[in-house]
Amino acid sequence: MLLVQQIVNGLMLGSVYVTVAVAFTLTISILNFLNFTIPTLFMVAGMVSWGLAYFGLPFGLSGPLAWPAALACGAVASILCSLLVERFTFRYMRTRHGDSTEHAIPLVSSLGFLLILENLIRIFYGSDSQRFPGPSSDLTTQIGGIFVRIPQLVSFVIVMVLILGLVWMMKHTRIGRGLRAIAENPDAATILGVEPNKIVPVVFMLTGLLCGLAGALFAVNYGEVSPMMGEDIGSKAIAGMVVGGLGSLWGAVAGGIIVGLVEMLTIHFFGADAVQVAVWGALLVTLLMRPQGLFGHNAIGKGKL
Amino acid sequence: MSGYWIGIITILSINMVFAYGIYLAVATGQLNLGGAGFQAIGAYAAAWLSAEMGMPLYVTIPASILVTALIGFAFAFPILRLKGVYLVLGTFAFAEVVVGIIINSDALGGAMGLPVPDYIDWPVPVAGAVIAALICFYIMSTRLGLVVRAVHDDDVVSDLMGVDVRLVRVAMFALGAGLAGLSGGLYAHAYTYVEVQTFNASLSIYVLLYVLLGGAQTPWGPMVGAAFFTLVPEALRSLLPELKMAVMSALGVEGTVNPPDESWRFVLLGVVTVLMMVFRSEGLVTRRLVERLSHPFRRSAAVKEAEA
Repeated sequence: MLLVQQIVNGLMLGSVYVTVAVAFTLTISILNFLNFTIPTLFMVAGMVSWGLAYFGLPFGLSGPLAWPAALACGAVASILCSLLVERFTFRYMRTRHGDSTEHAIPLVSSLGFLLILENLIRIFYGSDSQRFPGPSSDLTTQIGGIFVRIPQLVSFVIVMVLILGLVWMMKHTRIGRGLRAIAENPDAATILGVEPNKIVPVVFMLTGLLCGLAGALFAVNYGEVSPMMGEDIGSKAIAGMVVGGLGSLWGAVAGGIIVGLVEMLTIHFFGADAVQVAVWGALLVTLLMRPQGLFGHNAIGKGKL
Repeated sequence: MSGYWIGIITILSINMVFAYGIYLAVATGQLNLGGAGFQAIGAYAAAWLSAEMGMPLYVTIPASILVTALIGFAFAFPILRLKGVYLVLGTFAFAEVVVGIIINSDALGGAMGLPVPDYIDWPVPVAGAVIAALICFYIMSTRLGLVVRAVHDDDVVSDLMGVDVRLVRVAMFALGAGLAGLSGGLYAHAYTYVEVQTFNASLSIYVLLYVLLGGAQTPWGPMVGAAFFTLVPEALRSLLPELKMAVMSALGVEGTVNPPDESWRFVLLGVVTVLMMVFRSEGLVTRRLVERLSHPFRRSAAVKEAEA
């Protein structure tokens, strides 16, 4: 029974990883860009929400609706930061040198943004972890002897609905077609009337939205935020993305859940210290044995990778 | 020399050796984001041999190079099949696994760290930095250096021309790992304590930034990058409060001004990184700059080519 409980906990933890992993995989599949600001955006959403809830909200909002409003503001902050990142990283990826480290340019800029955002948050909100005033934590229900916390269940459902919507958008809307065209061949897409400078920000808005949502859900479910919260979640999400397959949305979903399960089962059987080895070991083995991941396809990157 | 400057020269030399280790991989077009893992291996190899086996310095430091180079060599074969983003992730994962294994092993002190009995003064790291720089300058001036540059610029054409691309990449990756191990060995003896928390993801990121912002086209790049990004944050430590005082008094604020937060230095480093990538993505020192400075009055082939 304890084992089943751990599996359920792993699924719930996995849903946060899934959201961040989908953000990673979206940027990689469409833009061939490993965006290192994603964990930081996640952290920005959590910390800004906490800051607003703690130091007081704008427009005199208070009372029982204060924390959802704070979470919404946090997600908006994450989207705005993401658009700022787009303006200063991806715009400059246009081929200028044509050598094999050229894809490093936006990657290195995103490392720069990681430093900027993380340290700004430290300056304004301090380095300590903070308690997030969410809903009371005893919202627990029992299904067949398994404890499930209602907020976690709700966030699991929200995440799944959001990803279904994303998949539908990529398949059936004009924006989705444009994004897939850019992923396939940016030059041909431009000739056929897709404007990269208009459509690429959409990717970054989605990234900010996913990270903002993940940050908000994390803050509510675990009741604690800190300037370091992104590092751990970000690395687990990267592991999930690679295990599932770079560039595949459903791969990221499966990978995120697998990493959540691996983490909980490793804690159950070997203790908390072994988690890092297990998760990163899974990533390394996947890269060495099957680089395309469980659900990936070789098409992404078009030989440039 | 005061203790403060000795400390700065020591860390500067160690950072330079470390940056050269990553540079050798980057020079063949392989982004190595696992620097902290290789430095950790070197540091723990030296610390363990010194603390547990009682080995003298002239054994532990060469051993730290050798062990790391061998592990780098063994790791390079499978990992260098990967390219681009996959390689970045693979090397990053390697560093995390190394750190995870060290935390879980009782023989290496786990999360507590290991004390190192032998202490080295600043001339040893400086000598290490000079040797690392000479090795890199020598390699890049030979035919091997030319091959490295060719592999970096276009691996497919190099392959067609008969260059064994895989061999070059594996060799440079392993050699670079050896230098990163040397920096770890020097670190262990200079600080007489190794602690696994030092070798975190930020360290891997910083050292890659030293190389890419300094410029990976010539061996001058890592030297300038490591010097710039070690010395400027140190200078800002004392300059930032003065700067804030000046701004505040210009704005007409009277009385005592609290010194600004330490984190502002890293914000500035991030801003510099972003601006560098926008305006000069090839790094501070480029091949063309070196050509110009070494032959100020000659219109070299590289300059003509760039102007054409």
